[in-house]
Amino acid sequence: MADYILEMKNITKLYPGVKALDDVNLQVERGEIHALVGENGAGKSTLMNVLSGTIPFGEYTGDIIYNGEKCTFNNIHDSENKGIVIIHQELALIPELTIAENMFLGNERKNSIGKIDWARTYSEAQTQMQRVGLKEKSNVLIKDIGTGKQQLVEIAKALSKSVKLLILDEPTSSLNEEDSKMLLDMLLGFKKEGLTSIIITHKLNEVAYCADNITVLRDGATIETISNADHNIDEERIIKGMVGRELTNRFPSREHNVGNEVLFEAKNWTVYHPVYTEKCVDKNVSFKVHKGEIVGFSGLQGAGRTELAMSLFGRSYGSHISGQEFINGKEVHLKNEHDAIEHGLAYATEDRKVNGLVLSDSIAWNTTMAKMDKVSNKRGIINVAEENKAAEEYVKAMKTKTPSIQQAVGNLSGGNQQKVLLSKWMFAEPDVLILDEPTRGIDVGAKYEIYCIMNDMVAQGKAVVMISSELPELLGMCDRIYVMNEGEMVGEFTKEEATQEKIMSAILASDKQHQ
Amino acid sequence: MNFKAFIKKYTMVIALVVVFIFFSFLTGGKNLMAQNISNLVLQNAYVLVMACGMLLCILTGGNVDLSVGSTLCLSAALSAKILSLGAPAPVAIIASLGVGALIGVWQGYLIGYVHIPPFICTLGGMFLFRGFARVILDSRTISVSNDGFLKIFTSYITIPGLDTQNNCVSALILGIIVAILVVLITILRRASQKKNGYDVAPALGTYLRTGIIAILIVAYSFKLMQYKGIPVMLIWILLVVLIFAFLTSSTVFGRYFYAVGGNEKATKLSGIDPRKVYFRAYFWMSFLAAFSGLLMASRIGSVDGNMGNSFEMDAIASCFIGGASAYGGSGTVPGIMIGALLLGVINQGMSIFGLSDMWQYVVKGGVLLAAVVFDVVSNHKTGKS
Repeated sequence: MADYILEMKNITKLYPGVKALDDVNLQVERGEIHALVGENGAGKSTLMNVLSGTIPFGEYTGDIIYNGEKCTFNNIHDSENKGIVIIHQELALIPELTIAENMFLGNERKNSIGKIDWARTYSEAQTQMQRVGLKEKSNVLIKDIGTGKQQLVEIAKALSKSVKLLILDEPTSSLNEEDSKMLLDMLLGFKKEGLTSIIITHKLNEVAYCADNITVLRDGATIETISNADHNIDEERIIKGMVGRELTNRFPSREHNVGNEVLFEAKNWTVYHPVYTEKCVDKNVSFKVHKGEIVGFSGLQGAGRTELAMSLFGRSYGSHISGQEFINGKEVHLKNEHDAIEHGLAYATEDRKVNGLVLSDSIAWNTTMAKMDKVSNKRGIINVAEENKAAEEYVKAMKTKTPSIQQAVGNLSGGNQQKVLLSKWMFAEPDVLILDEPTRGIDVGAKYEIYCIMNDMVAQGKAVVMISSELPELLGMCDRIYVMNEGEMVGEFTKEEATQEKIMSAILASDKQHQ
Repeated sequence: MNFKAFIKKYTMVIALVVVFIFFSFLTGGKNLMAQNISNLVLQNAYVLVMACGMLLCILTGGNVDLSVGSTLCLSAALSAKILSLGAPAPVAIIASLGVGALIGVWQGYLIGYVHIPPFICTLGGMFLFRGFARVILDSRTISVSNDGFLKIFTSYITIPGLDTQNNCVSALILGIIVAILVVLITILRRASQKKNGYDVAPALGTYLRTGIIAILIVAYSFKLMQYKGIPVMLIWILLVVLIFAFLTSSTVFGRYFYAVGGNEKATKLSGIDPRKVYFRAYFWMSFLAAFSGLLMASRIGSVDGNMGNSFEMDAIASCFIGGASAYGGSGTVPGIMIGALLLGVINQGMSIFGLSDMWQYVVKGGVLLAAVVFDVVSNHKTGKS
């Protein structure tokens, strides 16, 4: 019989009105990487909250057997004492503190009278950072390092707690492909040293790459545990378990009706950083978007794609912006975001929670927000009935899952939030819709629906610009793909030409030039 | 709506009723006397008016305006001074409101466009405007005796021949008319919603609520009838409250406050300029504070350099008791009016009962904390954070 470090047996968790977990079983072997997959709302996070003690013993039924003994965790400290550490999707680091301070937060290195031993703190931090390959000084502030490095800090922090079972919730959702691979390779390295990990992720290629066993959850129940001993499981096989049906095509097909008319164009667009004004983030970038076209922007993090999109969208980012911007063939000088919307531009941000939605407001309010004059009269009086009708229409069209349009957006799952964000911009009736990472952190089913919405847009003769870090979706959806690196345009491929290899080599070639 | 949801939605209304009944027992029904009912709103005129402006500030993200007590004093002092020099009432009123608008532009500009933190900016204003007020008053008390001025704000509506001192039938008649209008509007609105195929709220709940409101209006006007009739100041207050209730609930102007308070970045990227929204919040706040200054000057009949001290705190407390979020983005005018009335009922009840000032502070603080703690805890339980 296999040596299980963790067995969760018949876990059931009820919330008022919903069964979040229904008789779930999970068995994790010692020294493996175990992937936990499922659509949003399948119960993955709830299950991990049970395991870590965030949901205390007594609020669920079932048993947790860890290292052969039955455990009753009342809080996160109980589980951490046993060596179970969870790293959440939203990183729990304090921006204004140093790497070392964050690493030992709540677990400070103190001397006998309770004074913090700074020398020990910084040197121990440095040791842990080496283990995760983080090349920074331990006295650097968290806010001064990128998301990828912050993720490494979290892992180093877990290692400092002598972790035996490491749980990572969507560790790569905000990382680009290169950083993601590095992180996964590191996990594989730790596995060799005997660390057991549970990884929750939506990215199935990562699952196939690193997991030994895969447990699929759906609607709060365990569907199956699939072995992936030889690390080349078919992704379709996992999807079948997740959605309960075969998704024959991950990208909806469409007719490619790209017109000759150029709808949106930028020439020699140059943007500098808003704070460090001598740093150039976009340099002489030019591109064109035709009527009925989906244009992809590929590149690593920091390539300047978001900065490009935002600076074009009414100068909502950057300083010393220069270059020309054309909409429908006419040169425009957009003063602000409102101006951009009036000219038929829309920009759906990559970070829907921070920049995209008003989480405390209802679906209805969020939907109409960018174009209030469509549901109000000249004097600015809102026609609430009309607003609700519009919101209902978009909920239906987008297949947003919600009990009502009066629901606060913060209570929806990620995929449904993304649909509300798209509703908002569709409601504004743009000619050009810029989508920044539109499918980040959402499940396969919702992704498919968002691709369909994009197809509908271009079928109506509009244009979509899609910024994405996931190459497969760019290749699957776009008519043309631009490749950016370090603020410059380094490649352009048609749908027929483009392959993952060509795009990556375009990036690498430009890197070499820089060196 | 089930019982729990009902309790949650009407917590403060229930609290208001309970507190009111409690004080009726405690004072042997004295707080039900016509004079006390009539004075309840008038005594709290400044809170009711300024809470409307304060709500706008709080909506933008839990920001408050600390300067309104001083602005109120400056406005009152200016009017009193101008009137004492023999100028007619309209001149004083326009001058005071003008100064309020000027202060609004000043603070709105600093907070919205120069990005001075509201707390600091209005703290500065608090000292600054009280200072100016005392300069105008020359550290003395100036009495307000201009008949025209007093008539505009403190008189009662009486129709000769119909009304007498303690039997102002006109008040009751007007009350009944308003009550009928409220019922009619509710019925008509429901019918038109139904005709257009929109979702309508359950009939029983809607009519029950409308019925209760109508009965309260009639009962209130009955009490007013027994004591001098309808005060003009009540009409001023209602005007302000109704305008701001309408603005916040039904206009784009109002919607933007909720959006900015909920997520400023998302609001900006939706093509709304947050700077304008901040500007408007602090502009209207100062304007309403100046207006309250006129109400206070006429009601008290004199102005001194301490007028309006800590009034800003009453307005802020009303908002938070009335369900405005300390983080911004939520709160309604009807809600904060309930909050203001709750504070008013407690103050008046304790005064009638004979509790001293010091205990009133203790109770005020307790009520404020209890309301906010209740709000946070009950939201926590329903899963909103």
